Amino acid sequence: MVAHPRLDRSGVNAALLKGLTGDGRVEIHDLYEAYPDYQIDVAAEQARLSRFRVIGLQFPLFWYAMPSLLKEWFDLVWLHGFAYGHGASALVGKHLFCAVSTGGDAGSYRAGGQNGHTIEEFLRPIERTAALCRMQWAAPHVLHDAPRMRGDRLSVAALSYGEYLRERLSGVSE
Amino acid sequence: MSSSEILARTFVYLLAAVIAVPIAKRVGLGAVLGYILAGALIGPGAMSVTGDVEAVGHVAEFGIVILLFIIGLEVRPQVLWRMRALIFGLGAAQMGAVSLLITLAGIALGLSLVAAWTMSMILAMSSTALVMSSLEERGQRSSVVGRASFGILLFQDMSVIPLFLVVPLLSTAAGMGPQVGGDPGWLHGIEIVGALAAVVVGTGIAVRPLFRFIAASGSRELFTAAALLLVVGVAALMTLVGLSPALGAFIAGMVLGGTEFRQEIESDIEPFRGLLLGLFFITVGAGLDLHLLRYEALAVLSLAIGFMVAKTGAMFVVSRAFRFARLEAVTLAVALAQGGEFAFVFVSFVKPLAILPEHLSRLLPAAVAVSMLLSPLATLLCERIIRYRTAARTGPRPEDPDFSERSDVIVAGFGRFGQIAGRLLQANGHRLSIMDTSLRQIEVVRSFDQMVNFGDATRLDLLRAAGADSAKVLIVAIDDPAQGLKLVETARAAFPHLAILARAFDRRHAYQLLAAGADHVESETYESSLLLGRESLQRLGYRAHRAHRAAALFRMHDRSLFERHRPGKPDEAGFFKASQATVASLAQLLTDDLERERSQRGSDEDWNTTGLYTELIAGKGADPPGEVARTG
Repeated sequence: MVAHPRLDRSGVNAALLKGLTGDGRVEIHDLYEAYPDYQIDVAAEQARLSRFRVIGLQFPLFWYAMPSLLKEWFDLVWLHGFAYGHGASALVGKHLFCAVSTGGDAGSYRAGGQNGHTIEEFLRPIERTAALCRMQWAAPHVLHDAPRMRGDRLSVAALSYGEYLRERLSGVSE
Repeated sequence: MSSSEILARTFVYLLAAVIAVPIAKRVGLGAVLGYILAGALIGPGAMSVTGDVEAVGHVAEFGIVILLFIIGLEVRPQVLWRMRALIFGLGAAQMGAVSLLITLAGIALGLSLVAAWTMSMILAMSSTALVMSSLEERGQRSSVVGRASFGILLFQDMSVIPLFLVVPLLSTAAGMGPQVGGDPGWLHGIEIVGALAAVVVGTGIAVRPLFRFIAASGSRELFTAAALLLVVGVAALMTLVGLSPALGAFIAGMVLGGTEFRQEIESDIEPFRGLLLGLFFITVGAGLDLHLLRYEALAVLSLAIGFMVAKTGAMFVVSRAFRFARLEAVTLAVALAQGGEFAFVFVSFVKPLAILPEHLSRLLPAAVAVSMLLSPLATLLCERIIRYRTAARTGPRPEDPDFSERSDVIVAGFGRFGQIAGRLLQANGHRLSIMDTSLRQIEVVRSFDQMVNFGDATRLDLLRAAGADSAKVLIVAIDDPAQGLKLVETARAAFPHLAILARAFDRRHAYQLLAAGADHVESETYESSLLLGRESLQRLGYRAHRAHRAAALFRMHDRSLFERHRPGKPDEAGFFKASQATVASLAQLLTDDLERERSQRGSDEDWNTTGLYTELIAGKGADPPGEVARTG
């Protein structure tokens, strides 16, 4: 699930995605392209979630959180009775991970740094969501310093993202 | 000529063209060379079946007039102004350089200064018809070379005016007696200015109401006749005052280019241009003095090749000085190396003035004709060499958008529907090519300073003229279901690359449009009706966002129904029976609505907490202890 309202002028997220296309095991779902009016098709999204074993969320950090459409997607699609609650088993055992890009550098995301907390802290709500839905949570892929990420640094980052994804997929049987 | 003779001659000319041109194109020589060769073959020198070539030639020269008229239509004054450096800079430099070189050569060969200079002027001209046709054939009209050629040719055409005035004066100075008409020079000058003013003011003021009147009558052939009438009239007026009729036609075309009738006129006149230009090239071929060629082949050939080399060299230097890339400079220089049709006219004009030696004035037209024959070959050769040398080096240069001002989007039908989509696109900085048949509509839109073209969008030629070859999107917003369907069919067949977005009147029409090849259809009343429904929900007490979401779900539900009921074949029995279809589809819709699941219950499930709360109250507990996913 990719959530970036201006993927057209994104440097980092677009470059990361470009590395993924062509991998037959990965389906990229561009949320802002699919639901420009925020009118999410709940049934279709639930069917999509059921279809995959590994679910990744790729987004730039906005206000220390996910972009609003991604949150809307959680609100509408991850319903009680589907994602969690008594007898809800649609997501049980699946893998959930985040790939986040940030504007600040690595040094600012730590206790005492400019942003005060680590990325892991800020991603706690999603981690808890995974736990509530009895999913397996993986350490996030974090790309700091996005505004200054270009050229060779960006290519290296894209490669490491590919590596990260392969790791996620290899943990899954067949 | 008797009528049977006319028919026989027409038959010969057409037959020669029909046979020779496809062969020439197949062999890779191009249509222009094909026409010239056909002419030479049927001309007096070979088969001699052409009759009076000179008389035919006069008719054929009208092809050049129409060519310039059409070029004028496409060139708006602003564009001309932007091109001023090309026209007055490059054009003047070309004339100057060529004329200097040839004058010097002439003097070296023993001509007097006046004779050498006059000859240089005759030879400096290039053939507008030949260059423009061959550029068009190669699709290079808007390329860098195309624009430069056009600027130079335009300057040459304009410089004909002072030439006709100056050369007779030279002969007076040389003491050989003046020869123009009989009017004194200043009076002639006034006549010229008056005629030009008449063309500009006349076409600007009188022609538009006339065309509007004719267009309102709805008769197409009358429209064509009126357009031809205009061109013939302007040409006659120009000939009367001794100006190049082609130049007059160019000016008239430019004035008309700013009106809404531009496209319609252009495509109505286009066939005449093609035919007459072909005829012109045939007469050039037929006019080759084969007798002279046989006995003084060396003189004619060396004259032709000599001046072509001189022109190519001079032009190359000039265009390099104007910072053209090397390859562009070569292409440009080779393209303009031939002599022009103006040479034939001017040689006979100066004959009575006795400026040129008698022998030379017989050699010159032959040499120019030979150069016209050689020119396509030279271009071909040049192209081969360039292609060979640049193979795999560079792609085609992006075309300059200024020249024809291409637009990405064509809006067919700019009524109540097309306007909204069109305005959204314009507000985001996209140029539109608008087509509409309603004169009143055009009048309104024009008053807001937008480009609109009068014309029936279902006509392929007009669609092409509106830029369908290069546009990306076609919006079909015509106010008539049958016409819209026809347009989609036409456009789909002719322009597979176009994204066709169509306005549908009802479901049946929508399915028909999709079957005809539309990429996307939008029902004309659907969205607004849905929004009124949403507004009603709000008035009934729904909170805004819930009403909004309900409408959105309803839309999704309808979309999926639309897909589900889409007939496999457009002619599927029952569905398209016009009388029943509308009723049937409404009945179908209402039935579907009764059994819909997602459209109604779905909206209640959004942000629903009842399930969770029931679970919490019942004490079964959320799975993980502690936090709850949602709190009311």
